[in-house]
Amino acid sequence: MSETDNSEIYSDVPAGTHPAYASPAYKSTILRAPSRPLIRLPQTLTEVTGPRPGAETVGPTLADFTKCHGGEAVGERIIVTGRVLDEDGRAVPNAVLEIWQANAAGRYNHPVDRHDAPLDPHFDGSGRVTTAEDGAYRFQSIKPGAYPWKNHHNAWRPNHIHFSLFGPGVATRLITQMYFPGDPLLPLDPIYNSIPDAAARARLVSTFDIDVTQPEYALGYRFDIVLRGRHATPMEQ
Amino acid sequence: MPGLTSSQTVGPFFHEALLRDGQTTLVKPATQGVRIAIEGIVTDGAGAPVTDAMLEIWQANGAGRYDHPADTQDKPIDPAFHGFGRAGTDKTGHYRFETIRPGAVPGRGNSLQAPHIAVTLFTRGLLLHLTTRLYFAGEPLNDTDPVLALVPDEAARRTLIATPVAGTAIPTYRFDIRLQGDGETVFFEI
Ligand SMILES: [Fe+2]
Repeated sequence: MSETDNSEIYSDVPAGTHPAYASPAYKSTILRAPSRPLIRLPQTLTEVTGPRPGAETVGPTLADFTKCHGGEAVGERIIVTGRVLDEDGRAVPNAVLEIWQANAAGRYNHPVDRHDAPLDPHFDGSGRVTTAEDGAYRFQSIKPGAYPWKNHHNAWRPNHIHFSLFGPGVATRLITQMYFPGDPLLPLDPIYNSIPDAAARARLVSTFDIDVTQPEYALGYRFDIVLRGRHATPMEQ
Repeated sequence: MPGLTSSQTVGPFFHEALLRDGQTTLVKPATQGVRIAIEGIVTDGAGAPVTDAMLEIWQANGAGRYDHPADTQDKPIDPAFHGFGRAGTDKTGHYRFETIRPGAVPGRGNSLQAPHIAVTLFTRGLLLHLTTRLYFAGEPLNDTDPVLALVPDEAARRTLIATPVAGTAIPTYRFDIRLQGDGETVFFEI
């Protein structure tokens, strides 16, 4: 980058938005969280650029999880839609979202999942969509069931859907989970409650939307995702 | 202004959704540059292998240019190289990529960064992914790299340097990642 370069860099993450690595109520963090403080790396071309994987890498678009292997999945159909924005409210177009979830019984199509609940031969529970010019995405699925996870006595994950997003750069990479409104398991969940800021936590809960709901077909939920915004400042200090 | 969306763990059940054949091979027959492999193991604070991690790498092409609109350098794009790879760790915590050695890219100001690869790590037990960098042992530019210079401790800096493996078909570099404890990898806040 030259001295006259005006490349944009991504603004700092507000305190309390992301969980602390060491969040001992979530037991898997105990041996996996780094013990030393992270070293702050002023963003360079490496961090402001980032992967924009195409279908040949992440797979083709798959926006309907409800029909699979020649049949219809069991469970309550849902439509999930929203926009991917940056912190300045600008749409993030062409963002790849990879999505995965448990089936209606709370079981993943995954060899490691030993939960004694039925697999659904017509539900794989994963797919991919890309945001449009206005940042909008949409897919339809089955409402995921809660599942036990042995973190503590009688531990159950709230209903949730996993999202992985490629924004414009390495610095905007995000993996998160979407929850459902009114879930009684939310106040008990160490993963959800690892987020220090209550307002940030609440933003991971989707909202039921009767206008997204499709008559005689599926309930609609809205979930917007906000990636880091940009400073229009030079990289040079 | 909308509030930033918080991170949550990738969890243990991502493989079917995120991993696909071919993601660990960044090169095509027409890719320009020196073929290399990168491999290593990921271990936790007890030294046990992390068998359910996912690594992503991002790098410049052989000429030192990123395939991205924010890179406006006057260097060639390689149509046969994007620079993104993804790998899961196996039952022994092992991962491997086949790629090319990246060229040097500019840093802030008038600085030049040594050839390096951005590494992002996701796993159950990480509520937010970790970011580190892989540099190459024996690279003279390492001595003046502005990011390596952010790590004053010599032993800590060594966790960022991949080392050659002897007796391999293509030049192979070993880059282990220790999440916690003795030899803990240096991770960056970006
Ligand atoms: Fe899950």
